[in-house]
Amino acid sequence: MLSIKNLHVSIKGKEIIKGLNLEVKPGEVHAIMGPNGTGKSTLAAVIAGREGIFDVTEGEICYKGKDVSEMSIEDRAREGIFLGFQYPVEIPGVSITNFMRTAINEIRQYKGLEQISATNFLKAMEDAKKLVGIQSKLTNRSVNEGFSGGEKKKNEIFQMAMLKPDLAILDETDSGLDIDALKVVANGVNMLKTKDNATIVITHYQRLLDYIIPDFVHVLYNGKIVKSGKKELALELELKGYDWLKDEV
Amino acid sequence: MQTKTQNISLGQKMIQTFENNHEIIFKGDSSTIIDRRKKALEEFKHLGFPNSKTENWRNTNISKALGANYQYYLEPTFQDHVNQDKIFKCDIPHLETDMISQLNGWFISKNGSLKTDVHGVVVGSLAAAKKSHSHLIDQHYGKIADDKKSGFVALNNAFAQDGVFIYVPNNVQASVPLQMVNIINHDENIFVQNHNLVIIGDNSSLQLVQCDDSVDHQQSLINTVTEIYVGKNSSLDHYKLQNKNDNSTLINSIFINLERDAHLSTNAISLNGGLIRNENYVTLNGENCEANIMGVYLVDKAQHVDNQVFVDHAYPNCVSNELFKGIVDDSAHAVFNGHILVRRDAQHTIAFQSNKNILLTDKATVNTKPFLEIYADDVKCSHGATIGQIDENAMFYLKSRGIGEHNAKMLLMYAFAAEVINHIKIEPLKIRIDDMVKKRLRGELSICEQCVLHCSTMEKEINFEIDMSRV
Repeated sequence: MLSIKNLHVSIKGKEIIKGLNLEVKPGEVHAIMGPNGTGKSTLAAVIAGREGIFDVTEGEICYKGKDVSEMSIEDRAREGIFLGFQYPVEIPGVSITNFMRTAINEIRQYKGLEQISATNFLKAMEDAKKLVGIQSKLTNRSVNEGFSGGEKKKNEIFQMAMLKPDLAILDETDSGLDIDALKVVANGVNMLKTKDNATIVITHYQRLLDYIIPDFVHVLYNGKIVKSGKKELALELELKGYDWLKDEV
Repeated sequence: MQTKTQNISLGQKMIQTFENNHEIIFKGDSSTIIDRRKKALEEFKHLGFPNSKTENWRNTNISKALGANYQYYLEPTFQDHVNQDKIFKCDIPHLETDMISQLNGWFISKNGSLKTDVHGVVVGSLAAAKKSHSHLIDQHYGKIADDKKSGFVALNNAFAQDGVFIYVPNNVQASVPLQMVNIINHDENIFVQNHNLVIIGDNSSLQLVQCDDSVDHQQSLINTVTEIYVGKNSSLDHYKLQNKNDNSTLINSIFINLERDAHLSTNAISLNGGLIRNENYVTLNGENCEANIMGVYLVDKAQHVDNQVFVDHAYPNCVSNELFKGIVDDSAHAVFNGHILVRRDAQHTIAFQSNKNILLTDKATVNTKPFLEIYADDVKCSHGATIGQIDENAMFYLKSRGIGEHNAKMLLMYAFAAEVINHIKIEPLKIRIDDMVKKRLRGELSICEQCVLHCSTMEKEINFEIDMSRV
């Protein structure tokens, strides 16, 4: 589903990702861990297609067998890539309902489908709300405006449930969550998992991985994946921290 | 009686008209009002109309609008018994208001020109009130509308013969919003001057919606002055909706005086108009007043909208908050001048001022000038202005959900305007304005359809659509 080969990314001339390789197949959950400032969020943003300050200088990202370098952010999303933001943006004045309806209809239009019917849309909203335990009043509010940290993250998973992506990248979705919110978010991700979709969970701490069981764990350090393993690697990192890896590198 | 304004300047013509028509203009006036008119005319002779050299008019060129030929009427342009329902109906679903209508600046009487409800609230024609409520008029008329502010205010004080009169006595909470509508519908180019007077007693409250609409495509010049007195511990919730044709010039000067513990919220929504100038003068004339002065403008083509806000903190412990936001498209031009005066005794003043703009094209222009003049030493004041493009982070967020460039921009522009719209407290009005702004941003509506009021001409019956999704 996703194949990243020798990816190099610079921000303002400074190389952040320095030759990264990653293979993700349908049905898999990958965790990417690593200390702060090693390029985790940059990787997530670049897969989603963020332009501007992010400059892919070398390597390629293939998604469903296609090189995505020429694809716009919105087209990547329409093809099934979803980015759960570490810091979801507040958009005062736009209700979540309106936001999601616009998104779904644009995706459907891209796929040559008719606009979603009001009934189906409302049903999808209800299902997604249940999945993440969001109360109705939240969806009538403006996108993320005045939301607590937990509400913002739940809202990301809610959107994921609405859009049903093939590849979800969750960028530090666990940061700022208490244990109850963490469980809700993890449960949402687990419920949305199928044999056909894949999830990349980016996290700083092992804690989230108690609830979302990864098939693979990768350690991103200094712009490269320096170690990959099964879920036990996460536990090892929790015990030893990241410092021992520095020595290995 | 009418006057043509060809060949000589409009200002000169108006002075002549005044001198030659004392009898008509002064009809029904008390000696106090007559003296007030004469004084105003003298001030107009001195000031004249503003020009590009006049302070606060540098960025708004009024000369073209003043150069046109207008008819000026000293008597109503229509028969006594106009059926106001045939001129237009307001089609905002569920908006229940008492409507007070003016056609070409003249009050349209529906059931008499002045009516008093069971609570003692008086609503009607200013001309009629001069006779029946002369004491109130003499006490308030032309008192806060300062001739020296501009030639337009002076000329209005000299000439205006009609307008809306509203009186809310002490201890009355008006339950239904009042809606003042000034419609311009005439087959010639006309110059209209009307003067509204709103007096709210102590411990009372009023919601007031002031609509300016045109139903024709003629060139017009409207010079409206509104004076509003808000008594002690009273509140006013005020809205201005402006939907004029592209040939119209609207000069809308509002003077509001707040007494102790009074509360004001005013919101100017400019959706269309050739040239719109809103002058807002707010005086906090007692302790513990609060004034929220807001506006949103969405202009395109060659439209011009100018908001002038002057807030006078004359007493301590008052709060004022200004927020004006605009989206400027094509070669449109927006102007904002905000001036907060904090007098020496007005300690513990809190005053904020903000003007934010989004420019959509290289040809769109904004001139913004926030200004604080502070003489007290223990105050909290801030001002700021931004002119910018759309936020990159937000664009990325929307696009990452599959929303394309066009719709993402649209949503963000809407969100930008919504900050002001969300302050509208009359729910049906908010829903409609919200809808209007969305349509306006999508470019779905041409000027006439764009009207909040689905209007029609005098001859035609009205068909108005009900938005079923709102029912």
